[in-house]
Amino acid sequence: MRTNRLKGSLSLGAAVILTLLSASWGQNTPGQQEKWMGTESHIGNLTGHASAAKTDYRRYCTGCHGDLGDGQGENAPWLDPKPRDFTIAQFKCRSTPTGTLPTDEDLYNTIARGLDNSNMPPWNTFTKQQRADLVAYVKHFSAKWQSEKSGTPIQVPPQPEVTADRIQAGQALFKRLECWKCHGVEGRGNGPSADTLTDDLNRPIKPFNFHDGTRFKCGTSNADLYKIFMTGLDGTPMPSFADNVKPEEAWDLVLYLRTLQPMNTKEKQIAKQLGLKPIDPNAPAPAAAPQQ
Amino acid sequence: MTSLRRNLAGALLVLLVMSSFQRAHALPAFARKYGLRCSACHEAWPMLNYFGQKFKDNGYQLMNDRDAPIWQNPSYWPVTFRITPLWHRESTDKVSVDTSATTTMERQITSHGFDLSGLDFHTGGTLEKNISFYVLPSSNAAGQFHFETVMARLDNLFGSPWLNVKLGKFELDNLISEKRILTLTNISGVYQTYHFRPPGDSNFYGQMGDNQLGVEYLGHSANDRSRVSAALLSTSDGQVGLPSSNAYSGFFTASQAFDVGKFGVDRVGFYAMVGEAPTFFLTTLGGPVATPFGTNSGGGNKTFSREGFVGLFYFGKLDFLALTQHGTDSAFFATTPSSPANQPLPAGLRSPTWNGYMVETHYVYSPQLIFLQRSEFERVSQQGVPGTPSNMGNLNMFTFGYRWYPIMTSRAGFAWHNEYSWLRQRGTAPDGLDLTSSSLLLGFDFDF
Repeated sequence: MRTNRLKGSLSLGAAVILTLLSASWGQNTPGQQEKWMGTESHIGNLTGHASAAKTDYRRYCTGCHGDLGDGQGENAPWLDPKPRDFTIAQFKCRSTPTGTLPTDEDLYNTIARGLDNSNMPPWNTFTKQQRADLVAYVKHFSAKWQSEKSGTPIQVPPQPEVTADRIQAGQALFKRLECWKCHGVEGRGNGPSADTLTDDLNRPIKPFNFHDGTRFKCGTSNADLYKIFMTGLDGTPMPSFADNVKPEEAWDLVLYLRTLQPMNTKEKQIAKQLGLKPIDPNAPAPAAAPQQ
Repeated sequence: MTSLRRNLAGALLVLLVMSSFQRAHALPAFARKYGLRCSACHEAWPMLNYFGQKFKDNGYQLMNDRDAPIWQNPSYWPVTFRITPLWHRESTDKVSVDTSATTTMERQITSHGFDLSGLDFHTGGTLEKNISFYVLPSSNAAGQFHFETVMARLDNLFGSPWLNVKLGKFELDNLISEKRILTLTNISGVYQTYHFRPPGDSNFYGQMGDNQLGVEYLGHSANDRSRVSAALLSTSDGQVGLPSSNAYSGFFTASQAFDVGKFGVDRVGFYAMVGEAPTFFLTTLGGPVATPFGTNSGGGNKTFSREGFVGLFYFGKLDFLALTQHGTDSAFFATTPSSPANQPLPAGLRSPTWNGYMVETHYVYSPQLIFLQRSEFERVSQQGVPGTPSNMGNLNMFTFGYRWYPIMTSRAGFAWHNEYSWLRQRGTAPDGLDLTSSSLLLGFDFDF
């Protein structure tokens, strides 16, 4: 009887241990993270040290991103979108191709710039050294940074001149790539798929509304916007279009998207002169011009 | 002279009592709104760090497109209260006490016991993107309320951080904020340098630590490294109801911060307060003149000025706040009461002038534990009344202590505060000797 009870207890214990092990599979333990405290970052002439950012991380970041960098800070339940989980080393704002790690400079810029439409503010009061140290600290949370290198930044060709033809070509691309399905025909983030979108962790996520605000998630410049759809926003439904569009087409799309924003830009003025109307998804594609 | 000294001693005590437990701004309501811990904005609450200063300069906005109230749950109301139950011991030597119906003697008076600070209700934030406000009804320990701060602000006009305009009653743009002071005793609850006046000086309008009524322009760079502000103020020391005169003052400040690598960010700045204040008040039947619209019967305005340099120096966990200030009042303010400017200045009176020096040191062991000390020295460089001992009124103040924050969340603040302060003022005891006071405070400082 006692033997059976003992066996039962052992089986139960083993089951509990296995369950705990499987639950933590793939996650980094605090012990592992401590080993990676020697992680460095390199931004220009700056070298950041994870160990130097311990206090700053605790002071500024823990509340949202959590002590273990798992995005489970005390405020996480109340935030939308949720804070980044650094342990999986997946980042939206990159200059590198989709699926790759960002450069140290990408993370460095994100800290200073903040992330629009989120609770992440611009931490531009930090010194450069503080930011570099925090980049190293962010990296120390994930094993991925120990085994993989950052991706190679994509090349952003020089911006072409803003012309009516390019803006119209960009609008045609907006329709062909079906950007409107998420972002809506007017770019208001209200496309037919908008309410069904989820991120990689199956949490609801809203597409960007171009009419709301002047900044994008990952920057304010045309080059930033170019990078967003050539690298994608990893972890979100926004894919990379690097394999689908040519660089010059990407620039056309950038110029068209600028016409949707509230600022009075050159692109917007040209769109006004053209009398550019929102796309009609059901309209047939214009016939190709006859060959001469 | 003896009665002057007795009055001065009394005035000092009144000043100490008035300055006791000045409340500071620290808003868990902001932390709740944005999901940031207190430590994100405060070096140790209520003292701001550079990020918190930028947040304030932006009109209590993080500038992340979530600043408008529409982003908040409709039930959110940005209100915070703060109070400090405490035990304190106060001691002052050379207090005149009766020994019989006709005789007095000086002796040390020490009192101690459990007590309360005043209560503050802070509410502030945005009415809309780039329109912010702050309202602070504040009470003394007996529960008598007044408006410590009431202001609305237009932020980032024309999209520029260099254009912000504030109207109401507010703290001057002091680079070392008295309203966010970390020291709490009856002696250290204010910066002596911001309030000091030489013996007999009757101009109480130049107290930069007091919130003032007026309009303020403030501009700053995007990362807040460069800051400049100018304010036009009613010379009323923040009292509502037009109680004093049709006089105005100006307050100007400019500062620049520098990135000093691994040490952090240092800041140096300059400020000046210049203005006019009344030297007499009209009376009717010996009492103050009153109209349906106020008791604004002051006249004979004369000038005063305060100029200072400020430095905030960081060396990793150690930082120093340094301040030096020069003060000048018109000779008409050299005595109490002041000499009416509609009559000739009594012979011999001169402009009282003085210099103040202050160094406050913090050792931030962690975001939850800070050790601090402050030393202040006020030196009269010219007495207003000839024949007054040159060092009379000179003041030394020292305080040291620590604050321990056992919790560090975005919902509430709690600190165990322990501090000892000591003050000595030359020649102001009834017997003409130095007057010395000390204060010990242990308390739970909390807000929610």
